[in-house]
Amino acid sequence: MSTATDRIKPVWRPKPSIRNPLLRYGLVIGTIGYLYLAFATIDVNWGRVVQGMERAQFLFAGFLRPDFVSRWQFIQSGILESITMTIVATVLGVALSIPFAFGAARNIAPLPVYLFCRAVIAVSRSLQEIVIAIIFVVMVGFGPLAGVLTLAFASIGFLGKLLAEDIEDIDPRQLEAIRSTGGSWFQSMSFGVVPQIMPRFVGLSVYRLDINFRESAVIGIVGAGGIGGALNTSIARYEFGITAAIILVIVALVYAGEYASGVIRAKVQ
Amino acid sequence: MPAGQVMALIGPSGAGKSTLIRCVNRLVEPTKGTIQLKELELTRLSKRQLRIARRRIGMIFQEFALVDRLSVMENVLSGQLGYVGFWPSWFRRFPAPVVNRAFELLERVGIADQMDKRADQLSGGQRQRVGIARALLQDPEILLVDEPTASLDPKTSRSVMRILIELADEHGLAAIINIHDVALAKQFVERIVGLRDGLVVFDGTPDELTEEVLTEIYGEEDWSLTKKRPKEGDEHDEDDDDEHDAEAVAAAARTDRAVTRGAPAERP
Ligand SMILES: Nc1ncnc2c1ncn2[C@@H]1O[C@H](COP(=O)(O)OP(=O)(O)O)[C@@H](O)[C@H]1O
Ligand SMILES: [Mg+2]
Repeated sequence: MSTATDRIKPVWRPKPSIRNPLLRYGLVIGTIGYLYLAFATIDVNWGRVVQGMERAQFLFAGFLRPDFVSRWQFIQSGILESITMTIVATVLGVALSIPFAFGAARNIAPLPVYLFCRAVIAVSRSLQEIVIAIIFVVMVGFGPLAGVLTLAFASIGFLGKLLAEDIEDIDPRQLEAIRSTGGSWFQSMSFGVVPQIMPRFVGLSVYRLDINFRESAVIGIVGAGGIGGALNTSIARYEFGITAAIILVIVALVYAGEYASGVIRAKVQ
Repeated sequence: MPAGQVMALIGPSGAGKSTLIRCVNRLVEPTKGTIQLKELELTRLSKRQLRIARRRIGMIFQEFALVDRLSVMENVLSGQLGYVGFWPSWFRRFPAPVVNRAFELLERVGIADQMDKRADQLSGGQRQRVGIARALLQDPEILLVDEPTASLDPKTSRSVMRILIELADEHGLAAIINIHDVALAKQFVERIVGLRDGLVVFDGTPDELTEEVLTEIYGEEDWSLTKKRPKEGDEHDEDDDDEHDAEAVAAAARTDRAVTRGAPAERP
């Protein structure tokens, strides 16, 4: 007995997730080799890195002394334009996303409607805001109109998809009970579906408001209005104090929005 | 079915009870056959006509199927959706007589004080009372009731059944009630129909529903699994425990066989 236990001392090791040792070690070596070669192709110009470091110093120096005063008018009008764009675009986007969400829910929409709505949503989601913004700037010219259209269009894809998925997840018995009373299609939606998706609808809309505000700072860079334009200009002029001021204002507003959306979402649960 | 008759539909799970009553208001489309409500052939109606006809058919569900996030009153009022336009219903502006009647019904089923609570805050028995009030606010001619008590405890089941039968009598409504609890069915209804595998195997009064008939409706399939019949005198509860009994017998038979098969191997 004792000899048996002495001789066999089983050592437990977790099983490797790739059984074949050749493949296992081959993959590790291959990955390291690829990373080495990949880094080797990046042509680092050290002279420019040093120059860049100097500029970075200016930038950080600017952050230490953010300049809210000298161009406050400029910042203020940019921020107000961003806020206006955000609100208008969110309201428009939410309103337009509702029919698309219902149309893109397989459990309530007939197949042709479903395919059409899913297609629109897919296009909206596959294009990044900057790309959409460039297209709208070309179509309607520089300025906040292009920005509003961009954000509204992007909101349709975002809200349409997430809301449609929520509609597909509803409790079908509640809807069936309403249908069995002889209510019309619209009544079935308003009594059987809307109450079930309301909390998520409000939550997603508020979240999208938040996203739209942040995006409004970005799309200004390609000329679609808002604070992004001011941000871009200040960087181009090396006025990093002003850049810092703008970024701090954006951060403060995003925080405020975060807090407000938390309060609203807690209310509708 | 004659007007005003209350009928229980019994049969094992999967017999097609729910499917049958869903065919009546065409939540499930029947593949063949016709269904008639008085003069109206329901199976031939267009979508629009069907919507109008559904107002005359009240439905009550096993899991209550209340809209959880709406108040009790809103749930009851939803029984009137077939009569009210979209915008009034969207703004919850139902005609005053309708609201009064909804209130009376809630009082009748004993939960008027819960009127403004959200439906998901009620207990099971209270929720089913809301379901009953909603169906009755439709002013239906027939009630389709799918296992109204399957999610309730025995006492609540009884009181819900009582209210259901009383209200059907008061309003002279016909009702088809799917029910698992045979004892409860016998106590409350005048006619019982037994379904098995989608076919009617019994149609008669509660008194005619004997043990043998019950075995025919619920038992055969399960006994035959064991390849041997239980002893003649065996007693069965008259509810869905039958199925468990059958399973127990089947399991016992299987172990029996295993033992006898195992025995010779140990003999040498
Ligand atoms: N007459 C029928 N013809 C075809 N399929 C049926 C028929 N009756 C029932 N079924 C099928 O049997 C299954 C169970 O029926 P269901 O009505 O839910 O049974 P129950 O309510 O009696 O437990 C369903 O999938 C249904 O489609
Ligand atoms: Mg059923």
